Amino acid sequence: MLEIKDLHAKVGDRDILRGISLDVAPGEVHAIMGPNGSGKSTLAQVLAGNPAYEVTGGSVTYQGIDLLALQPEERAQQGVFLAFQYPIEIPGVSNAYFLRSAFNSIRAARGQEEVDPLEFLDYMEKKLELVDMDVEMLSRSVNMGFSGGEKKRNEILQMAVLEPKIALLDETDSGLDIDALRIVANGVNALKRPDNATIVVTHYQRLLNYIVPDYVHVLAHGKIVKSGDKSLALELEAKGYDWLVEPQGALA
Amino acid sequence: MTAPYIADFTTLSNNGVRAEPEWLRDTRRTGIERFAALGFPTPRNEDWHFTSVAPIAEASFSQLRGASGQVAKGALAPFQFGESDWPLMVFVNGKFDASLSTPELVAKGIRALDLSTALRDEPTLVEPWLGKLSTSEDRSFSALNAAFMSDGVVVHIAPYIESAVPLHVIFVSDANAAKGVAHVRNLIVAGHHSKATVIESYVSLGDSGYFTNAVTEVQVEQGATLTHYKIQRESQRAFHVHTIDAQQARDSHYVSFSFATGAALSRTNIYTNLNGEGSGATLNGLYMADDEQHVDHQTNIVHSQPNCFSREIYKGILSGAAHGVFNGKVYVYPIAQKTDGKQTNNNLLLSDRARIDTKPQLEIYADDVRCTHGATVGRLDEMALFYMKSRGVSTDAATKLLTYAFAADVLETIEVPAVRTELERATLERFTGSSVAL
Ligand SMILES: Nc1ncnc2c1ncn2[C@@H]1O[C@H](COP(=O)(O)OP(=O)(O)O)[C@@H](O)[C@H]1O
Ligand SMILES: [Mg+2]
Repeated sequence: MLEIKDLHAKVGDRDILRGISLDVAPGEVHAIMGPNGSGKSTLAQVLAGNPAYEVTGGSVTYQGIDLLALQPEERAQQGVFLAFQYPIEIPGVSNAYFLRSAFNSIRAARGQEEVDPLEFLDYMEKKLELVDMDVEMLSRSVNMGFSGGEKKRNEILQMAVLEPKIALLDETDSGLDIDALRIVANGVNALKRPDNATIVVTHYQRLLNYIVPDYVHVLAHGKIVKSGDKSLALELEAKGYDWLVEPQGALA
Repeated sequence: MTAPYIADFTTLSNNGVRAEPEWLRDTRRTGIERFAALGFPTPRNEDWHFTSVAPIAEASFSQLRGASGQVAKGALAPFQFGESDWPLMVFVNGKFDASLSTPELVAKGIRALDLSTALRDEPTLVEPWLGKLSTSEDRSFSALNAAFMSDGVVVHIAPYIESAVPLHVIFVSDANAAKGVAHVRNLIVAGHHSKATVIESYVSLGDSGYFTNAVTEVQVEQGATLTHYKIQRESQRAFHVHTIDAQQARDSHYVSFSFATGAALSRTNIYTNLNGEGSGATLNGLYMADDEQHVDHQTNIVHSQPNCFSREIYKGILSGAAHGVFNGKVYVYPIAQKTDGKQTNNNLLLSDRARIDTKPQLEIYADDVRCTHGATVGRLDEMALFYMKSRGVSTDAATKLLTYAFAADVLETIEVPAVRTELERATLERFTGSSVAL
């Protein structure tokens, strides 16, 4: 459902993604691992359509359409979801209103009727349970004053509400204690269906004990340098990345 | 450009249309003399540097004389956001309209009447204050108002009276106001240890071009708290100049909010003199302008006594080719030790053609004071926009939502729920076209 071919992207005049290719089929879970600064978040942001990054080459096809030609909101409306590594704070907009606007925008794009605030609150009840969040969190401004863990859970809550076809989770596990990690992982697993796919970007193998990947890819210096099954994650845990990552100078 | 006004004044005096008390005739004479000497302010005048009133000066508006419009009760509904038990004083094209007003709802201990009636029947409610709480020296528009002041509201709150029910004063202009000017003069006297709320709304039915030149004089006596909201929603072709002059006694608190979205050109002056120890002023506001609108606020907080505080937050949202001006003056006399002042002005520019001139102006002559100020001019946060869009929210909706959010916190400072809700609704509607609460 997602085919990334030789994707290049830069920010400013710095090349960050330097030829990424990846195929994701429905029902699959892919893990992307790699050292800090290797371009994992950049890949995720490019797929979501962040205008700060410029695609300089390659293509991304999503369900047969050119994903890169779509506006960020159109991508979301088509079922692409990115859980941000650093969720954004929005003072003055309540979480409830934000979620409902998003939910209704996506419904409208699918030709479905909008739901009113009461119906929406009903719908939210189960979703909140899923990520073990208190309803009180809905009346607070988006991510304002949320702890690191609360922000991550709020991302998964948004995912639960929007029910994407392809979810990109960018280090949703970092900074979480084991209980929070389990909550987040359970949330993700509960939302898994045979016709949707998940890409988990992570630094640590431990998340993959909970969200079991079909494939593991290692990203270094803007390229996928190795792919394998879940045993690769264990190998990385034991050996680190050094054996895969050439010194950057040698790449040219 | 002053000539038509001077001629008008002469005619008015010769006709002796009003058998007015001598003190008032003196006030008027002084007013016209000052206006004749000053003329309309030009950009060379430091206080008018960023606001050209040439369109007002050149239009030479003629005074509306009892050109009362035919405003039906229902027509006011959109501006009557209060509860049904709120007393209402309605002025149509500058003239009191008893049939639309409900002064009988005013709480015991509070008087609300129109200036003409007060002058005729109860001059003691007026004479000790009118023209004395406000000065027209060096102020063209106040001088012009002094010369021609016609009608307005007179409010007296007796000592120790506390009322949770606001008095809503609506100045409505309709098609009959076209090319005319209303010189509105209001007086509010909050007796010692009283607590009350007065709302002034300036609104319009239709889109005629007229001029509102208003002055509100305010006395806040010892220990009193006066909450004073001003809502300016004049027609998009109107001109609006309003000066509020407040005098504050010991331990008094003056709470002001100025909401401005209307008029082609508007200037609101809010001046308060903290003239008693332990008094304080809270001046907040929100201005929003679009297209070619020009919206100007000048505040002046004078710390005349020690141990006083002032708090000020003004926010502005400017789109199209709108021009905003904010000038926040704070003056601290040498005697005013332990002054605690804080001023903030934040502006959001939504287009490349929109412009803001913001100028804090602190003059501090005491040494043991804490005074801070800050002004910002910014655009919408790109990352927040992207975040919302990545959730499926359209660019347009995300922009509007973030714009509303920018204004939300200053609106939250409005303590009267019905006023807060109405202004939140109006702001939300302006930017989202929806009025469902956030
Ligand atoms: N907006 C940006 N501006 C400048 N440099 C950036 C930006 N985003 C990422 N980079 C740089 O691109 C490289 C890859 O970053 P990132 O994709 O965040 O890596 P990862 O998520 O793998 O840690 C880093 O060197 C980072 O400093
Ligand atoms: Mg990252």
